[in-house]
Amino acid sequence: MPEVLTLAARDGQATGPEADPSSPLALRGLTVSYGEKPALFSVDATFPAGAMSAIIGPNGAGKSTLLKASLGLIPRVSGQVTVFGQPLAAARDRIAYVPQRASVDWDFPTTVIDVVLMGRYRKLGLFGRVSRAERALATEALARVGMDAFAGRQIGQLSGGQQQRVFLARALAQEADLYLLDEPFAGVDAATERAIIDLLKELKAQGKSVIAVHHDLSTVTAYFDHVFLVNVRAMAEGPVDTTFTPSALAETYGGRLAATQLADLALTVG
Amino acid sequence: MEAFLDALTLQAGYNAALVAIGAALLGFAAGTAGSFLFLRKRALVSDAVAHATLPGVGIAFLIMVALGGEGRSLIGLLLGSALSAWIGLLLVEWIAHRTRLAEDAAIGAVLSVFFGFGVVLLTVIQTLDRGRQAGLEDFLLGSTAGMLLQDAQIIAIGGALVVAAIWVLRRPMTLVSFDAGYAAAMGVDTRRVDLAMMGLVMAVTVIGLKLVGLILIVALLIIPAVTARFWTNRVERVLWAAGAIGGVSGYVGAALSASAPDLPTGPIIVLIAAALFALSLLLAPARGVLAASLAHRRFQRRVHRRQGLLALVRGEPIHDPLTLRILRAEGLIRADGVATDKGRAHAAKIARDERRWDIARRVHQDTSLTGRYDGLTPIEDVFTADQIADFDARLGPPQPVGF
Repeated sequence: MPEVLTLAARDGQATGPEADPSSPLALRGLTVSYGEKPALFSVDATFPAGAMSAIIGPNGAGKSTLLKASLGLIPRVSGQVTVFGQPLAAARDRIAYVPQRASVDWDFPTTVIDVVLMGRYRKLGLFGRVSRAERALATEALARVGMDAFAGRQIGQLSGGQQQRVFLARALAQEADLYLLDEPFAGVDAATERAIIDLLKELKAQGKSVIAVHHDLSTVTAYFDHVFLVNVRAMAEGPVDTTFTPSALAETYGGRLAATQLADLALTVG
Repeated sequence: MEAFLDALTLQAGYNAALVAIGAALLGFAAGTAGSFLFLRKRALVSDAVAHATLPGVGIAFLIMVALGGEGRSLIGLLLGSALSAWIGLLLVEWIAHRTRLAEDAAIGAVLSVFFGFGVVLLTVIQTLDRGRQAGLEDFLLGSTAGMLLQDAQIIAIGGALVVAAIWVLRRPMTLVSFDAGYAAAMGVDTRRVDLAMMGLVMAVTVIGLKLVGLILIVALLIIPAVTARFWTNRVERVLWAAGAIGGVSGYVGAALSASAPDLPTGPIIVLIAAALFALSLLLAPARGVLAASLAHRRFQRRVHRRQGLLALVRGEPIHDPLTLRILRAEGLIRADGVATDKGRAHAAKIARDERRWDIARRVHQDTSLTGRYDGLTPIEDVFTADQIADFDARLGPPQPVGF
């Protein structure tokens, strides 16, 4: 549990401690609810800059909700979101979002390169021409995920892992500073998982911040620097070494994590 | 037939020419406006919007009569229909977003209530002894009788504005149609884009009311887009192809209905569009029914060929009649089922491929490559020559095949 439980604030009135301006994503008293049942209650979080952070928790704990509320995709009941110390609307250019693969219709009439170019639409505006430079940038983003040979393919012909790579390339094309990924490794093949993690580490090396909803507890220590454990409330937050502990996990997951799984994790966490 | 050709070449009189041009322009605007609706998977919202125009027609008539007119001003009637359609549209959005009802329920409720109210109003209007109410019911199924230059001008100007607006908004509309969550994360106001999409559909509906009628305009919005989808995998091409299909349907349909007395224009236009849809469904490359069944047959033959050759490799007898037929036709086996020299050569090649794949799967743990092993794809399509040479080196010397 967080040290001080912030009071739920209405309409973005700050109640907790001031947000750290260097943090790529800071949440204060964030409450989101579907109907009368809060999916997230008074969540505080401060994600570190230039690091890879994982959002971890059981099914239905509000992991994806946290990401979506941070992006303003679903309304907040209360609380504040600051991105690099700014309100969300002022920082849109610095955020790239990679939604869950299953969230779109892959039979949509578009090609791989066109999807990646969608990442440029905000900068292109309504009338901007898709110049050769824009196209080159999109092609380079595809090359970084190993998909440049697929540029002209209809997106319906891709495998699950390839779809995830295209979504990542679209985010890369935005040239953002903060990458928010919703279960990027769900249902992808082993090679894609490796390609994605290599790329994310590369982004980190360039000083970018990565925050991912993650479900595979066995890879947390290998992939991430920072963890945020959530189960409707914020359960624990901090560096993987000190925060990703069997006791914190037991508290976050309640009875939903088998004792054997915890024992296995204790070994990997060491 | 001659009358039809006359109408097609705009030689069938002033009114018929006006109708044909108007219908073509309306079809183009409806096709493009309907494309995003179809891609957003909200095609049926247009049905609610169309039916919601009816009370507006009635109320506009009553207001104009009350102000001392005849109630026949087309602009006035269209403004009224636009206003009530907009209210209907906002109601659908409000019910879908603010209540626990899903959009289909909202569409059903708004469609039937507005349409019912409109029918009541029109019935009451028929009993009035003021104004010239004859012809109001034409808004239901459309009518070309007495189409004026002004009517065609409304369609031309309104249609051009709609198409221009779609072109300007094509990027946000594409974003929202494909991935609304991502669009919102980028800062696109998805609600406003949706409203703009629906607003354009509403505009097409209103300008098409007189010609096609509110019941059938939905077909002109949806059928061209669905038809265009068969032919292309790009959003912008769907857009313009749908416009072209709508335009052709409108033009040909209007010409056909002008070539014989008492053929209703709106329904004929819709039937022409439906015929184009049926043709596309059957004949389109890749997505058409015919192409799909041909592709399946080709696939089936490849499977049988491969299985037959593998059976030759293992020296097993082949019993499947289709397999035997395919191998015989290619001269891979003799009539009595014994492999020919050519058959042995092919079988040896396939046996080698199988062993190469075994190695490939061991060497390349990368599933995106080895995942392409389906027993059919030649290994040369997946790996480069030097990679295959490496597999062959690991295979060791050639082994005798069991003949």
